[in-house]
Amino acid sequence: MDYLKAFIVGGGICVIGQLLMDLTSYRVTPAHILVGFVTGGVALSALGLYQPLVDFAGAGATVPLPGFGHLLAQGAVRGVRENGLLGAFAGGVEAAATGIAAAIIFGYLVAAVFTPRGE
Amino acid sequence: MKASEHEMQKKIYSQMVARIKPKPPLVRNVTGAFFFGGAICTLGQALWNFYISVGLAKDDASAAAAATLIFVAAILTGLGVYDSIAKYAGAGTIVPITGFANSIVAPALEYRREGMVFGVGQRMFTIAGPVLAYGFVSAWIVGLMTYLFE
Repeated sequence: MDYLKAFIVGGGICVIGQLLMDLTSYRVTPAHILVGFVTGGVALSALGLYQPLVDFAGAGATVPLPGFGHLLAQGAVRGVRENGLLGAFAGGVEAAATGIAAAIIFGYLVAAVFTPRGE
Repeated sequence: MKASEHEMQKKIYSQMVARIKPKPPLVRNVTGAFFFGGAICTLGQALWNFYISVGLAKDDASAAAAATLIFVAAILTGLGVYDSIAKYAGAGTIVPITGFANSIVAPALEYRREGMVFGVGQRMFTIAGPVLAYGFVSAWIVGLMTYLFE
């Protein structure tokens, strides 16, 4: 059952991205979608709207990029509750650190090791 | 030419453009995005359940699942497979965290001939840079609001 919920909610979030790309101006690029979805996830999380979606859909809500924003926002809130103002700086990055570091480390290594296509 | 006539011509021209410009195959794109996006999230759920079953806490298991997806997406991008899938999946391969990994590897690999620092090191943040900047700043604002008003 959790797989079905992850599939439908995760697929649904991607459909929103597809509609934004297809129905809006050509100036809306994948980069704008990524930036918008992370920032949107931070906003929804701050309003308390994203955690219920994570409770319902699991990876269907955490794997899409708004889930990354949710992680950052909840980390910042927890950081402030535990460490005061310093936590606003460290909390978000701490919570999302595994994903950020994995993306930079694996991204760098693959780009350094693999052969670019067309060469 | 009178102004009104000019306006009229502009209107006719934009109607012509709207008629002949290629329309995105919306239904096909949306279907692709739904199925590929859904499939990636389902794989994420399977990884999450697996990491819980080997004893990780819920949050750690979620982070480990994300890191695994990122690893797989980085390799598939390096092999040129991810971008082939993206042709059918559209936003289904962009919106999940795997799209973030793809956005790092693809430009880094493409510009590698410009060197390991200005090619790989700099270009890997072409899209990831803005994503991290907006994510960090907005989350910091949320933290600040919590500090001030809670």
